[in-house]
Amino acid sequence: MTENSPITYDQSVVLGTETPLALDSGASLSNINMAYCTYGTLNEDKSNAILVCHALTGDQYAASRQPVTGKSGWWDLMIGPGKILDTSKYFIVCSNVLGGCMGTTGPKDNNPETGTPFGLDFPIITIADMVRAQAMLQDYLGIESWFSVIGGSMGGMQVLQWASAYPERVFSAIPIACAARHSAQNIAFHEVGRQAVMADPNWQGGDYYSRETKPTAGLAVARMAAHVTYLSEAALHRKFGRNLQDRDNLTYGFDADFQVESYLRYQGINFVDRFDANSYLYITRAMDYFDLAQDHGGSLAKAFDGTKTRFCVVSFSSDWLFPTAENRDVVHALIAAAANVSFVEVETDKGHDAFLLDTPELFKTVQGFLKSSAKSRGLDE
Amino acid sequence: MNAQGKYVPKRDIRVDWQLIAEMIEPGSRVLDVGCDDGQLLAHLTETKNVDGRGIELSQHGVNICVANGLSVVQGNADTDLVYYPDDGFDYAILSQTLQATYQPHVVMEQLLRVGRRAIVSFPNFAYWRCRYYLGVKGRMPMTNTLDIAWYESPNIHFCTLRDFTALCEEMSIKIEQSVIVGASGKVMTRSNYGPLANLFGSECIFMLSKET
Repeated sequence: MTENSPITYDQSVVLGTETPLALDSGASLSNINMAYCTYGTLNEDKSNAILVCHALTGDQYAASRQPVTGKSGWWDLMIGPGKILDTSKYFIVCSNVLGGCMGTTGPKDNNPETGTPFGLDFPIITIADMVRAQAMLQDYLGIESWFSVIGGSMGGMQVLQWASAYPERVFSAIPIACAARHSAQNIAFHEVGRQAVMADPNWQGGDYYSRETKPTAGLAVARMAAHVTYLSEAALHRKFGRNLQDRDNLTYGFDADFQVESYLRYQGINFVDRFDANSYLYITRAMDYFDLAQDHGGSLAKAFDGTKTRFCVVSFSSDWLFPTAENRDVVHALIAAAANVSFVEVETDKGHDAFLLDTPELFKTVQGFLKSSAKSRGLDE
Repeated sequence: MNAQGKYVPKRDIRVDWQLIAEMIEPGSRVLDVGCDDGQLLAHLTETKNVDGRGIELSQHGVNICVANGLSVVQGNADTDLVYYPDDGFDYAILSQTLQATYQPHVVMEQLLRVGRRAIVSFPNFAYWRCRYYLGVKGRMPMTNTLDIAWYESPNIHFCTLRDFTALCEEMSIKIEQSVIVGASGKVMTRSNYGPLANLFGSECIFMLSKET
């Protein structure tokens, strides 16, 4: 941490105290706790702020130590002094999404009406609701328009929603490895995950917060299944092949004989320490419901009609969760809306998770795009 | 041929760019179809202050463009122009790419739909050196501007200057301006598109518009 790139951990603000947040479901939420971190310094005319949107199981600790796991931030490679999202130039904001479990109001928090955790009484939220809550944070921070909104996967969905719902508040948008709607296959995988959670006897209809045992087994299975979708066949083969885990021979049992099994179990077990099972249900649901074209009479181009926002869409060749074709649909809609758009498909075998990994082609693309955006915003050094 | 397999003349292509740049009004909206690594777009942005966009087939080219701050999407001239709205650009440029498209006439139609004007440049297959290769040597031409062996060439639809003007007439496309480049990269002074130009012109640059 250098002097010109201060980090503020664990910020939080209560939003919607006067006007509650009206949700897509028809319900509303007031007194929303919004947890966020910032990196870097907001300039005088507040024109250098970048909103980083996190993915399904991400959090606001994009470039700082995650308090539960003690691990470094999920986008440490991207954010920092001299890095792509350069904290000596930009003011980076990352907030925990609505419905999350790292400080922003979600199902594990107390329902003010009952004084006990919401559980399944928490209203169903959508990607648009998450973005509405972030817009309240933007107002609170006094930032008129983000210099850029960036995110991968569900973060990319939020980027698209931001650009569509608040075009005048988004100067540039970088949706990475995402889609304008969740595919049937992706909904199917999410349903498998949710059923795993709900089949866990400790889930108790979502009312497990006062109990000692949590639905960790179900949540771990959900995470294991989902994790496979974040990788690629090639990446799994490269990493593990059919290698055995700490043994020379098959055990003729159901232990984790294979390294890939051991790895997935590890992913599952670690996940449950930092994530709330109900949050997982709510956030996966929000992704399932996302369909930007549907919200605009079936025309995705209409979602971006007349936009002045500059776009940079990035996909990964081996991503089968949000394949290039779906990213390309977004690009075609943006082209039809006469938007200023760049699109790069990065060649990689790392699968969907490539946006979190050391992917030089991604870095170069985002860096070049931000540089030219900074120039046209008058942010040049 | 460059690394992406796209046709690029061996000699300094900036002569072409210079000529294309001269045709373009400053501050206009430009789409460069098949923009390669974006050098023409960058040149036009710099010298003509255009609002430039590009389409490029090769990932390598696109990545260079975007990393350099150009607004370029990965796409195909044959299939992806349909996504662009009508008259979204003042100029749609197709520089040294026509002969590599599957359906040149459809591409030209699309260029004139998305652009108020189209600028198309291509190598003239009736250039005397080409004729010499075919007529005397009996071989496919290998010249300064066509330096790729037939089996490696991405060029699948060669045409001559006269073929091109005939197609324009057939498609009711108006030729607003033509520049014919002769040997050694010099613009032919009597730069109409008659029989002499068809014999001595190695490259052609046309500015086209829809017949109204």
